[in-house]
Amino acid sequence: MLRMRGGAWPVAEIPAGCGNQLSFGANDPVNALQGTVVTTDVEKSPPYLPDRARTALGLTPSGPHYFFYRHRAWVRVAHWVNALCLAILLMSGLNIFNAHPALYWGDGSNFQRPLLMLGAYADEFGMVDRGVTAIGGHEFSTTGVLGASKIDGQLTARGFPSWATLPGPNWLAMARQWHFAFAWILVLNAIGFIAYGLWSRHFIRDLAPTRRDIAHLGREIADHARLKFPRGEKAKHYNGLQKLAYCAVIFVAGPLIVMTGLAMSPTLDAAFPFLPWLFGGRQSARAIHFLCAFSFFGFFIVHIAMVILSGSWNNLRSMVTGWYAIKGRGHD
Amino acid sequence: MTDRRNFLGRAIAGLSTAMLAGCYDLDEKPWFTGALGKVENLTREAQHLFAGPDTLAPEFTKADIAPVFRANGSLDPGTPEYKVHQANGFRDWRVTVSGLVDHPLSLSMDQIRAMPQRTQITRHDCVEGWSCIGEWSGPQLALVLAAAAPRAKAKYAVFYCADPMTAEGDPDHYYYESLELSEAMHPQTILAHRLNGQILDVPHGAPVRLRAERQLGYKQPKYLQRIVLTGTLDGIGGGKGGYWEDQGYTWYGGI
Repeated sequence: MLRMRGGAWPVAEIPAGCGNQLSFGANDPVNALQGTVVTTDVEKSPPYLPDRARTALGLTPSGPHYFFYRHRAWVRVAHWVNALCLAILLMSGLNIFNAHPALYWGDGSNFQRPLLMLGAYADEFGMVDRGVTAIGGHEFSTTGVLGASKIDGQLTARGFPSWATLPGPNWLAMARQWHFAFAWILVLNAIGFIAYGLWSRHFIRDLAPTRRDIAHLGREIADHARLKFPRGEKAKHYNGLQKLAYCAVIFVAGPLIVMTGLAMSPTLDAAFPFLPWLFGGRQSARAIHFLCAFSFFGFFIVHIAMVILSGSWNNLRSMVTGWYAIKGRGHD
Repeated sequence: MTDRRNFLGRAIAGLSTAMLAGCYDLDEKPWFTGALGKVENLTREAQHLFAGPDTLAPEFTKADIAPVFRANGSLDPGTPEYKVHQANGFRDWRVTVSGLVDHPLSLSMDQIRAMPQRTQITRHDCVEGWSCIGEWSGPQLALVLAAAAPRAKAKYAVFYCADPMTAEGDPDHYYYESLELSEAMHPQTILAHRLNGQILDVPHGAPVRLRAERQLGYKQPKYLQRIVLTGTLDGIGGGKGGYWEDQGYTWYGGI
């Protein structure tokens, strides 16, 4: 959703009907402007709002810039519904994991050889004094966070700490209900988003990496490493790295986490025996589900870092209102 | 500008904290838990669309059988009555079928063993997240129920067990569970009295337990004594259809 239908929309060119304030897509000025070719020299146009008002709105101060309709309403709603679902699914998922904080490979659980286990040791009086994370037989001390963490000041055996789980206390029955309810919302939201992305050509236009994106990937990585982000006209399009990251979560991690989730249901395994088979068994599916969850979490951390480093308010505004400020004249 | 950003930052942090706190509170709000209950029905109906009454759970080979099949939940009923049964090799153990049936039954273990048997190597999935593969043998429950001739009004099969679940200070109660009649009549739903070729031992539910292979472990009660067909789950135990359901677990155990 990076393309503007009908060209750019300089601040100086707000249609009369929009009154004296910025109208952030509420009455879809893009449609009103369809076919308009903007010829105004942006640099010479006077800032429409006084700087003080702009600051109050959290906008960038005056200068050569204009607003660009970056995200359409469907994408914005889907984004925030998705954000809420993923937060609740991750936290309730960690609570579910705490009921048996170990992962295995295969159909069944080989209790002697877990891939990953969060455990605790007790002292000679039976008091928990150490939390460990065991990965493939190697133990790491993770006291206080993984394996053992404090509840009411008392170190207790617990996979993930209570601040990371929903509900806070270990409560498998309730965590499962949260998890399944928001899994439904996540999947319905994803189906709507994918239908929209195909129908509106959002995926083809904005997300599919072009040959040029791939060719420039090396430079893109170097630029990102130096925290140099596209500015000006270039910021209107996702760059190659961004496209790959979004495609990876939307078309790989997303379907994978849903399918591995379904593969854990005994009734669905009867309906679709290939589901657990596809992932090497139910316990493997559970392990992949867990890895996907942490891939999403890793994506979230990088996503937030990039949002902040490339202009938190501009990015946040564009995902809330749709409008993104293009600064400078930096042509491609 | 910086102040404003700080303020907005704090406002967002505060809002998300309030939202999270709200999430924790929601667990106690009847409208919210009611909505979650509706989701359980949605899940059950959606799963039934794909898994018809005769769709079989995957079966495995002898090579897949777990070296040690984990026993969970009650490991020994330990009541004086059960100890007597244990001492005489469950000679006098009965499984009765009653309720909305035309021919109530009282089956001895010999009768159960004399019926046509089904042997299946299946994966046991615990609600906690682990799985174990084992080989189970016993008559299909559908055969037993057919002999009892269920009435048209029967919707559920309720299973009563010998393991006490009484917490201190509570009135006496025992493990119980229930299944939709269609799940009780499923070809892989059996009264299992053998595990991996051996007579069922006490930790795994001796002398006989239910296997319902498309369900989680808590839907497959051990130490089975009575099967009652009913039209409703109201007024039984805590009214939610099972011991764990009364503790907040969903009645639908296919996910």
